[in-house]
Amino acid sequence: MKNGIYLDNAATTRLDERVLEAMMPYLTDIYGNASSLHFFGRQAIKAVDEARASVARLLGAKTGEIYFTSGGTESDNWAVKGAANAFQRKGKHIVTTAIEHPAMLETCRELEKQGFEVTYLEVDKDGLLSVEDVKKAVRDDTILISVMFANNEIGSIQPIADIGSFARDEGILFHTDAVQAVSSIKLDVNELNVDMLSLSAHKFHGPKGIGILYIRNGVRISKLITGGHQEKSARAGTTNTPGIVGLAKALELTVENMAQTNKRIKALRDYFIERVENEIEFCHLNGGREKRLVSNANFSFDFIEGESILMQLDLKGIAVSSGSACSSGSLEPSHVVLAIGCPIEQAHSSIRFSLGQHTTKEEIDYTVQTLKETVETLRSWSPLFNVEKGEGKYV
Amino acid sequence: MYSNKVLETFANPRNVGEISDADGVGTVGNAGCGDIMKVYLKIENDIIIDAKFKTFGCAAAIASSSTATEMIKGLSLDDALKIKNADVVEKLEGLPPQKIHCSVLAEEAIAAAIEDYRAKKA
Repeated sequence: MKNGIYLDNAATTRLDERVLEAMMPYLTDIYGNASSLHFFGRQAIKAVDEARASVARLLGAKTGEIYFTSGGTESDNWAVKGAANAFQRKGKHIVTTAIEHPAMLETCRELEKQGFEVTYLEVDKDGLLSVEDVKKAVRDDTILISVMFANNEIGSIQPIADIGSFARDEGILFHTDAVQAVSSIKLDVNELNVDMLSLSAHKFHGPKGIGILYIRNGVRISKLITGGHQEKSARAGTTNTPGIVGLAKALELTVENMAQTNKRIKALRDYFIERVENEIEFCHLNGGREKRLVSNANFSFDFIEGESILMQLDLKGIAVSSGSACSSGSLEPSHVVLAIGCPIEQAHSSIRFSLGQHTTKEEIDYTVQTLKETVETLRSWSPLFNVEKGEGKYV
Repeated sequence: MYSNKVLETFANPRNVGEISDADGVGTVGNAGCGDIMKVYLKIENDIIIDAKFKTFGCAAAIASSSTATEMIKGLSLDDALKIKNADVVEKLEGLPPQKIHCSVLAEEAIAAAIEDYRAKKA
């Protein structure tokens, strides 16, 4: 396969050519600082204003509720640290889940060092959170609930609107990290009952280095980044005009084509899962089959290690990612795959396949075939598998 | 992050397999940590005449197993024990820092196999 097969769209996506086209003038001729009063600046701020209005409309938000950031990590940091800092007199308790992205988990751990208490709610075997568990976890001193919309590793989709409705009744601030959800789920901040929502453009064919934090009118959180008066003095730093224009264009295209794209990707993903389950022995789908992102498939292949699968596929031109400890640089395998009750040995052998709008059936067929060969080869190298008997065991 | 040498070795590792009448077998690591290395040695007159391995682990673990078993073939047991993980790393033209432990496992698996042989002989 020429150019390689890209099945890592949850890591990042290819910039859409139409997005690049929209950005191009702001990378070249219209280079003014959007904060400048002169006409170079005015041209830039006009584009930023239009982009903000378009993004707000697509999210069901008001223009003044959209803040541009450097991406999902900054948005998550700002939402949580900003809320913690602003409301610490009211309480020091935060409720989140055990399967959040590191942008959230590590931020919470930092806050714990500063005396905040964080409840990390467990999920079920499908990677789903129960609203009842959220209700039970909340205390008088809870100041924030933050739950990711869709998981980056296993694609599980949480009941955000229901949690939001509860949080609102309780008068507790509610944030969701919707970075993985936005490419296939129509987001409406009012229907979702969220007070804050994080997005990142490069997950939906926009540029890297630009994201959004939606903050509902009336919600006052502290600043994360201090400096100039950009973003109504809430987030300092020179306005990333080309990034903002690109994000808005990418969101527009995503929302416009969502129904069609979802249908196509889901059919391919279901076909992929079916073939893998039928044709490869000793494999397990991690996560549930319902309430799952249409683009996500995550498998563990027994008796072999995930990074070696990833690297063998890479040698054959297929890009995927792994939840094994070896591919993350840490000693522990994926916290998400462990959280859904997968044994540690199988967590080490987990592989995430994330399809995208460019994925073709031909690519899926080649991937299944290559995966079968790869798994067979690696099992023949594994001390845990007996090729003659066609069985294995963890010792 | 991997050197071309590691990738080449991982793509076509040498000495994968078992020796059914091995004189020494050494297993190190565990599945919970994501690495198991099993080394089989055929030994005559204290010389390693054949070495094979089976490894559950990452690309670096498999490449280290391949390279280490290559390095010890034809060596006396004492000389084989002098092969250290750094020698394996050098042959592989470097390993990323978090992968150094894979070369350590190779060194340990060989030592365990030699120990197994010596224990059986004693």
